[in-house]
Amino acid sequence: MKTFDYVRPASVREAVSAAAAPGAAYLAAGTNLLDLMKGGVTRPDRLVDITHLPDLDRIENLADGSVRIGALVRNADLAHDRDFARRFPAIAEALLSGASAQLRNAASVGGNLLQRTRCAYFYDPASACNKRNPGSGCDARGGDNRLHAILGWSESCIATHPSDFCVALVALDAVVEIEGRAGRREIPLEAFHRLPGDSPDRESVLEPGEMIVAVRLPAEAARFAAHARYLKVRDRTSYAFAIVSAAAALRIEQGVIAQARIAMGGVALKPWRAREAEQILLGGRADTALFVRAATAALAEAKPSGDNGFKIVLARRVVARALALAAAGTPERMPALPGSPFAAASGVLAHV
Amino acid sequence: MSEIALTQTPIHIRHGSNIGQPLTRRDGVLKVTGAAKYAADQHPPGMLYAVLATSSIARGRVAHLDVAAAKAHPGVVDVITPANRPALALDPDEKSNPFMFRLDLLQTDRVRYAGQPIAIVIAQTLEAATEGASLLAPRYETEPARVGLDDGESTALQVVGPGFPAQAQRGDVETELAAAKKSITQTYETPAQYHNPMEPHAIVAAWEGDTLSIDTPSQGMAMAQGRLAGLFGIAPEKIHIRSPFLGGGFGGKGMISGPQVLGAIAARAVGRPVKLVLRRDQMYGPVGHRAPTRQTLRLGTDGDGALVGLDHHTKTMSSTFDDFFEPASTPSHTLYASTAIATSHAGVRADIGTPIFMRAPGEAPGSIALESAIDEMAQACGMDPLAFRLKNYAEVEPISGKPFSSKALRECYRQGAERFGWERRPLAPRQMRDRDGLLVGWGVGTATFPAVMFAAQAKAVLRRDGSGVMEIGAHDMGQGAWTALAQIAADGLGLDLDRLEFRSGTSDLPDAGIAGGSGHTATAGMAIYNAGADVIAKLADLATNDDHSPLFGAGNAGVVARGGRLFRRDDESRSESFSDILARAGLAQIEGRGAGGRPNPMEAHGQSDYAMHAHGAVFAEVKVDPELGQIRATRLVGAFAAGRIINPRMVRSQYYGGMIWGVSFALHEQAIVDRHSGRPMNANFAEYHIPVNADVPSLEAILVEEDDPHVNALGIKGVGEIGITGSAGAVANAVWHATGIRVRKFPITLDRLLEPQ
Repeated sequence: MKTFDYVRPASVREAVSAAAAPGAAYLAAGTNLLDLMKGGVTRPDRLVDITHLPDLDRIENLADGSVRIGALVRNADLAHDRDFARRFPAIAEALLSGASAQLRNAASVGGNLLQRTRCAYFYDPASACNKRNPGSGCDARGGDNRLHAILGWSESCIATHPSDFCVALVALDAVVEIEGRAGRREIPLEAFHRLPGDSPDRESVLEPGEMIVAVRLPAEAARFAAHARYLKVRDRTSYAFAIVSAAAALRIEQGVIAQARIAMGGVALKPWRAREAEQILLGGRADTALFVRAATAALAEAKPSGDNGFKIVLARRVVARALALAAAGTPERMPALPGSPFAAASGVLAHV
Repeated sequence: MSEIALTQTPIHIRHGSNIGQPLTRRDGVLKVTGAAKYAADQHPPGMLYAVLATSSIARGRVAHLDVAAAKAHPGVVDVITPANRPALALDPDEKSNPFMFRLDLLQTDRVRYAGQPIAIVIAQTLEAATEGASLLAPRYETEPARVGLDDGESTALQVVGPGFPAQAQRGDVETELAAAKKSITQTYETPAQYHNPMEPHAIVAAWEGDTLSIDTPSQGMAMAQGRLAGLFGIAPEKIHIRSPFLGGGFGGKGMISGPQVLGAIAARAVGRPVKLVLRRDQMYGPVGHRAPTRQTLRLGTDGDGALVGLDHHTKTMSSTFDDFFEPASTPSHTLYASTAIATSHAGVRADIGTPIFMRAPGEAPGSIALESAIDEMAQACGMDPLAFRLKNYAEVEPISGKPFSSKALRECYRQGAERFGWERRPLAPRQMRDRDGLLVGWGVGTATFPAVMFAAQAKAVLRRDGSGVMEIGAHDMGQGAWTALAQIAADGLGLDLDRLEFRSGTSDLPDAGIAGGSGHTATAGMAIYNAGADVIAKLADLATNDDHSPLFGAGNAGVVARGGRLFRRDDESRSESFSDILARAGLAQIEGRGAGGRPNPMEAHGQSDYAMHAHGAVFAEVKVDPELGQIRATRLVGAFAAGRIINPRMVRSQYYGGMIWGVSFALHEQAIVDRHSGRPMNANFAEYHIPVNADVPSLEAILVEEDDPHVNALGIKGVGEIGITGSAGAVANAVWHATGIRVRKFPITLDRLLEPQ
């Protein structure tokens, strides 16, 4: 393993300063970073361990009704926070559909946003990858690309973002709080991850040294609690990345959809918000035909990046199903298989 | 007493009280507390770490390695490449028997598969060795990789597996198929798979002069000893292997692999103990795997649904430099009666590491294809798949015409079907839904595995204090050998288990034979049984010939050994303790030896009057989301008959493991190999999918009684691998029954079930 510096700053300010140097990387749980380092995919010169920073592991209910989740809150702690899960059930379901219990116990909120793609060619240092080594090409294009992007991809990169959590967050208009040397700034999560374009190596809007300190959900996000689901289709029942996933959240007033949120996962290099599909739903009655119409709109721009045309068909069905599940109502209890098509549809619903 | 008995050798019957008991693992506490030391847990004083550099190309040569950069890295002690690798006594490419596999031991700069070791870096720390290996930054002269079944010229094979004939026939299959009332021809594909034991191949090697001491997981210590002895030019006795625990082997630790030998080479080169542990991704190349297959089956029936022709052809691949061709057509020899049967294999050479035995080699991929084809034939005949299997039940082994030594398969079908509720199955597919609207399908598969035995020896000692010792260099891969073999040993010596010291897991003990082919309990168990019998016979002679013993004169009647005492068989009120017999004879102990196995394990079936196989029937339920295609095997019931069961708890666990492997085969496992580079692209546990708990929510294994008087004196057939066979096909058939879609390329993934709607 490459020799690197290890620093443990005492404050966010110190951390930002320590991480501004070229070749520095933040270390939180390390569930992704350490794998990347062991595989020679990333070779940081300096690890800035932020796990001991104070105050970043809290879930705060703010006066304006929004919720602020510290960057170091563990995925499992967030998902199992009763109050949080009650107000944001789709986010809890997305979290619990991700990774394994062991990983969720370790993985942090900030790290989840910054996890790297699972593209096998990115992980294989001997393969050409514009993301890992700009300008080297993309071996995924002619290689095994069954799980690659169908939206927003470019000639230089067809990878996807693997997060489940982010999909539900984007659907609910989450905001990322970022600390940098110039101070604090905020950006909608939807605008946080970058599409690949010509520079897939630049994955987010973070500038060198900038650190995610929190993710905030606006007060309005809790208004979807009665009709919010996350659905994740995968190659095995648990501990697998999404082939396609969708978060759907509805506000239904007297049988009419007053507000709708849809985001997809596994389809692009960022969580994909389907705003046109949301518009189609507004004012409509919750039924299959409407959901299929919205789902079709959500995938209108999709095109295969390789041997993955099935994902377009699948994504349409996942969106339509997620909407149907959301319309049916949030279950009273978290399903035993969160996000799974095998989470029993029959059962007691909450909030309705 | 009859006259005949007087002329016979006295029979000493030992009433077993340990065999058959569902004892928990005797090594269980050690394992769950972390006290069981595996090879990679060893850390002898002065030990260095070795890390392999492996090739990222599949074919070509290494043009340059930056050895200077690696050596300059702090902590790096030495770098071994083909340029300076110490000489070996034997060319690693020499092969003198089918169990001797060619190894990559840095003999040249030639690269013949991705992941081939091209250098060893030895350092003070694992981190320094890892970075040193990275700094070698190899440059290659790359040649195009050939890794697909269609990338090379296919040739008919003469030999498959470890030396089985590649072709067999009975009757005239062409004539029968031409005359068949109904027939099908279908092609099935199975992918490359890797063993993926939890514990990677690891070695801690230390030399003292020309004596080599190693800790390494092994399914065949004596063979490893022999292989290492040949390579290093030393006597096998100079090599001491400790392998008390394996974190799984699955065939991948049957033969000592190249990387393990490289660990010993490294230790010799630096004159210090060296540890070499493969990374997970390094397990995909130099330590064997299961090659992909493409199998074409042609089946024909008469008007009543009786098979008249069965032709099973397999195309598979091996490396460019060694032979191991997956014998996938062989299950068709055994399972179903047919007027004519033909099996054959063809092979291509590819730029891959040499495939090797992996969990039911041949039977696993062959079974999923055959069981799928049998289902398709049943469908063509309009018959229930179970009824079709019973209609074509083989009363004798189809390919040889020999009687089975025992075969309780009918009972397996009956008990399994009853437990599963098979009679409620609708004939047509896509008829069942659960209350959530998920499609439900039920499938069946027949399981079979040969009752293989290798050769083993054991040594038993009975001590004057009434305790016993059994010694055998057996292998516990996690299956429970420490427990099951000790049960046999205790009964063999007529002792309670707590009076027995069971010594195992090191190479200085008598050779237990390879722990493979599901034959370890039978092979090692018979050696143990015979060693115990030898001791008891000697003890009985002492007692029955001694007029001071209450057993004096019992020779003709025989004695029974139980609980540390000998009892007169016809009068159990007369008995004497082992201790008293030994004390009076003035002996500190009695030793005995025993052997297990058949004269020629490779021709076990050919040399016997009987066909010897375990059998089973597996019933599977799957659920499939009708729109999203996601599949889950929600319920499996397997009923297996495998002769005498030594420990039902361990055996049930073996069946569960096999059934899970079957689910994995049908729905999950595949190595994704980049067709351009020839590199496996999913060499990790996140993306090389095997079932997780949520994928196997309900498993049930029924142990069907079976008494086999022919396989061996204990009647043991073996249970390690049979669970895979049948299960994979049952799941595949259930997917068809749920959806009406027949997927013939495995694993079955959801994209193949996404019908346009």
